[in-house]
Amino acid sequence: MSKNSSTATGTSVSSRILLDAVTKHYPGQSKPAVDGITLEIPAGKIVMLVGPSGCGKTTTLKMINRLIEPTEGRITLGDEDVTNIDGDQLRRRMGYVIQAGGLFPHMTVAANIAIVPKMLGWSKEKIKNRVDELLELVSLEPAMYRDRYPRELSGGQQQRVGVARALAADPPVLLMDEPFGAVDPITRQRLQDELLRIQEEVQKTIVFVTHDFDEAVKLGDWIVVFSEGAHIVQYDTPERILNEPASSFVEDFIGAGAGLKQLTLNRVRDVELAEAVTGSPGEMAQDVLARVKEAGDGHAVILDENRRPLSWPSRRQLSRLETIPATPDAAIPLVTQGSTLSDALDTMLVSSAGAALVTDRRRSFVGVITVEVVMEAITRSRKASAMANDNDSPVGTNTGTIEVQGGTT
Amino acid sequence: MILWNYIVDRWDQIWFGSWQHFSLVVQSLILATVVAMVIAFLVYGSPKFSSVANGVSAVGLTIPSFALIGILIVPFGFGVTPSVIVVTFFAVLPILRNAVVGLQGVDRAVVESARGIGMGRIRTMLTIEFPLAWPIILTGVRISAQMVMGVAAVTAYALGPGLGGFIFSGLSRLGGANAIESVWVGVVGVIILALILDLLLVGLGRLTIPRGIRVKK
Repeated sequence: MSKNSSTATGTSVSSRILLDAVTKHYPGQSKPAVDGITLEIPAGKIVMLVGPSGCGKTTTLKMINRLIEPTEGRITLGDEDVTNIDGDQLRRRMGYVIQAGGLFPHMTVAANIAIVPKMLGWSKEKIKNRVDELLELVSLEPAMYRDRYPRELSGGQQQRVGVARALAADPPVLLMDEPFGAVDPITRQRLQDELLRIQEEVQKTIVFVTHDFDEAVKLGDWIVVFSEGAHIVQYDTPERILNEPASSFVEDFIGAGAGLKQLTLNRVRDVELAEAVTGSPGEMAQDVLARVKEAGDGHAVILDENRRPLSWPSRRQLSRLETIPATPDAAIPLVTQGSTLSDALDTMLVSSAGAALVTDRRRSFVGVITVEVVMEAITRSRKASAMANDNDSPVGTNTGTIEVQGGTT
Repeated sequence: MILWNYIVDRWDQIWFGSWQHFSLVVQSLILATVVAMVIAFLVYGSPKFSSVANGVSAVGLTIPSFALIGILIVPFGFGVTPSVIVVTFFAVLPILRNAVVGLQGVDRAVVESARGIGMGRIRTMLTIEFPLAWPIILTGVRISAQMVMGVAAVTAYALGPGLGGFIFSGLSRLGGANAIESVWVGVVGVIILALILDLLLVGLGRLTIPRGIRVKK
């Protein structure tokens, strides 16, 4: 049944997950680690589990694939009750990604990715094709990385391989346990963007544990905020959690600057970009400067033959030049259309330019984003999300079963 | 050159004894490695049993091999059986200790991710945990090999195979003809065999330690 869901669209109903009054009680502890949680994970969505450390979010995640066996309650995958089926079989149908990918250091990248398909008895030819396909999906050149060992890769690359391995047998569900916790902020930002891009393609049901609220807002379609004992404090969209926190606990957890966090919800491609005067290497600097003055701009964007930004000289810099050099300037503030406004703002602040250059997926220049545009977006999205009020929220409560509503896809 | 003549005269005997000695040690080592790995697998998860295993391997090493072989003659008689038992017993101890440490040293995150993608307990052990612990286990095997080379010589007391016979017969006739030569042949022969076996084990490491855990960043 759930095998059908792994084909084509992937958004089939069968990959919905339902935890029904699930409790985990460790022997010798007075309080349950997870206390009668009823949680619905809608198919094809990213649901973020956030909360302070020790709140039971990881335990909840591990009960979905039964790495931790629940003491009480039922777990349903699609229409199938998986509470009592063989745990290993169940786990082969769910991708699992942990910090640093959890790769096997004694196996090559290809062998790591091939593990689940091998256990499922795929043919060699099929596995080989699948490995290459997945490496391409996570933006690693197959010929270059296939035969490397995990220790020969950077943290970010290991993480990508971890994601590829989890997706290997095309499972309907992906469980991720603080996968990006161990990488530096810049790599993390890139991996997050990458995950969103992959999700656009594969449309899995993703359950993602994090303690980083910003990450939750950026990646989540839905966010579950937990307090101790895996008590659900709020289960809502990122917009609504930011605008209408259910309690002071959630407010505290969001922390200062909810307005700024709104920026994580918007992408550069959603806002209007400013145009810029462009030039190319070899041109007379005077000519470019004249165009800049005519347009009333402060800078000119120098592009190479593929329209990729090389440098971003100011009027003063232009006036000092004879011809435009072809040397690329590594320090220019660059963001992509897929970046969040928050990332864009970060980039601007770091470069102190008050603006950043925007490129598309092929790294060609598309426009300039300014601080004013970002500020405007904050105001706009606050208004919009306050008005939105949809009724098809998934179920999430503690203790006691709640009937599942019909239209939850 | 009495020693030289002694060696030349008894070359066949020496060669045969050396081969027997080597074969006894290698076979006992293989058996010991398997036994130690099985025990390690059973105990490494529990701190209590692990410390029991470590305690046994520490105490076990204090038992004089000469005494143990003497005791074993009673139930098993003379010959190969008590020899194999004694050599294997002593060989297990260092390997067991290293296997427990090695298995405990495997990154828990790696094991958890193996379980998390649906590998069973046994499969995880065979394909993930043992290969990753192997360099440390193999170090234990090398220590064992050096140690039981000497132990195997002692088993000649129970009329076991190997070079021990040269040492014992020499010592019992000390002062007589060729006595000292006989002891020399036994002792030097054991040292040479130990060096050869160690070289072979280093080679085995080259062949069996997965490249992925040898590579540097």
